Amino acid sequence: MGKINLEHVSKSFGVTSIIPDISLQIEDGEFVVFVGPSGCGKSTLLRLIAGLEDVTSGTIRIDDRDVTNAAPAKRGLAMVFQSYALYPHMSVYKNIAFPLKMAGEDKAVIERKVQDAAKILNLTNYLDRRPGQLSGGQRQRVAIGRAIVRQPSAFLFDEPLSNLDAALRGTMRLEISELHQTLKTTMIYVTHDQVEAMTMADKIVVLNAGNIEQAGSPLELYRSPKNLFVAGFIGSPRMNLVGGAQAAKHGAETIGTRPEHIAISRTEGEWRGTVGVAEHLGSDTFLHVHVDGIGQVTVRADGEAGLHTGETVFLTPEPGKLHRFGKDGVAL
Amino acid sequence: MARAASTSQKIAWTVVAWAVAFVIFFPILYTVITSFKTEPEAIAGINLIPSGTLKSYIDVQTQRDYWRPFTNSVIISLGSTLLALLIAVPAAWSMAFSPTRRTKDILMWMLSTKMMPAAAVLVPIYLLFRDFGLLDSRIGLTLMLTLINLPIVVWMLYTYFREIPGEILEAARMDGASLWNEIIHVLTPMAVPGIASTMLLNIILAWNEAFWTIRLTTTNAAPLTAFIASFSSPQGLFWAKLSAASTMAIAPILIMGWFSQRQLVRGLTFGAVK
Repeated sequence: MGKINLEHVSKSFGVTSIIPDISLQIEDGEFVVFVGPSGCGKSTLLRLIAGLEDVTSGTIRIDDRDVTNAAPAKRGLAMVFQSYALYPHMSVYKNIAFPLKMAGEDKAVIERKVQDAAKILNLTNYLDRRPGQLSGGQRQRVAIGRAIVRQPSAFLFDEPLSNLDAALRGTMRLEISELHQTLKTTMIYVTHDQVEAMTMADKIVVLNAGNIEQAGSPLELYRSPKNLFVAGFIGSPRMNLVGGAQAAKHGAETIGTRPEHIAISRTEGEWRGTVGVAEHLGSDTFLHVHVDGIGQVTVRADGEAGLHTGETVFLTPEPGKLHRFGKDGVAL
Repeated sequence: MARAASTSQKIAWTVVAWAVAFVIFFPILYTVITSFKTEPEAIAGINLIPSGTLKSYIDVQTQRDYWRPFTNSVIISLGSTLLALLIAVPAAWSMAFSPTRRTKDILMWMLSTKMMPAAAVLVPIYLLFRDFGLLDSRIGLTLMLTLINLPIVVWMLYTYFREIPGEILEAARMDGASLWNEIIHVLTPMAVPGIASTMLLNIILAWNEAFWTIRLTTTNAAPLTAFIASFSSPQGLFWAKLSAASTMAIAPILIMGWFSQRQLVRGLTFGAVK
């Protein structure tokens, strides 16, 4: 079981309020991603759940048990840190075995559990090595191994992939998702990378300045962002946000249209513009088009579109996929 | 071509490094050489080949008791080091792991006390020692050396502890380690190399400290530094004997330093080259 409830949780450091007031329910077995720009309080929120920071006010419940003032170890959670935080003087085996040893487990039980974890994480051949002798990806797996042997009620991941290179990040992302499918344990994952959030989460919680801007499934957030912040944060490349007369035409302060929801033509369309930079990714081409009276608009075109810098093009936003926002930035 | 140039450059720098090292080491070498000379030989001028006599060593042993100052040196340097560590470990620990806005200032202030010339406080300290009956006592000297080296010990330990990532301690807490287990299984193994280097360096500093050890002792508590100084006596300078005494005084610390140089170099450059 791993149901986590936050009720009016707040956190301040001195006079600085990091998290004003957050209430959130995380269901058992859910993969929840906290996402937001740096300094938005997502790591702090995770640390509050872990018990590494004390809440200023509010209640944290895990499986209906009030753990607000419980020590980290008493919460039944396991955490994977950004820096891996492995014990450098211990072998991989001892690193993974450490939480079991602390829990006073039997030697034979420890042996079995460590071997099992090592098998799941492909670490069997590395058990005698020290963390210093491992690659970044292997270290991250050791950190995960140390977390899974405890069979916690939930896993907490604090930007676990940000120290890895792009290729390895992709692989590890998949591995963590697979791990979640295998273990079916609640996972809370903090990242600033919206791609990680979109690909891994059951539920994304978008945070900004210590507040939840929106929480929902990745597609929910993608399809109907509640406000400008979420609209701009979720989706890659970013949504085009247009104000002024164009927006007024649709009865809004700002309109948003995603790069993939704009039709591009050489002959006719709503907006006329000139292609600036064209980023060819192979499968897609991202065109940065300068539209008269609007400014820069990003368009996602086919990889074979064959459009080049300086060409005149016409853009037409798909009418059904237009997002309208009011004066306060909230979706209409 | 660039490679060839860098090889010759390397050779040149190696030669320079050895030359510098030799210049630095030469006084010690010359002291050792002189200690194997006779007194007339010693004052005769620069001469690198001694006659090999052990007379100076025998004289030193018979004229003065070597073991008493030796024991004093050991007690004072070990005692002041342990005392300094006892104070500095918790101090550096709290500054490294729960720094406040004033931590940097406190560290700077501690270091600034080392910038004050020792002579400036000689009189007040001498008077204090006299009034508290600490003159020529091991306890007094141990206290003095502890206080003198404390800033350096705190600084060294602080830089060491700073290198221990806080996340590792948090990981241990998440893994269910009690404070005691955290100290035994995680902190100590990670902190021991740093503490050991600091300890070694401080023993050497305390062993070699000559300003206060000479001024605050006469006979009972006099360590080897005072033992050497006592050979530059009113009867005149006896270079060979003085050299023999010096050699005997520095030998223990030189040997210790030799065997622990790896640890020492690591200690001194830690943090500089990560």
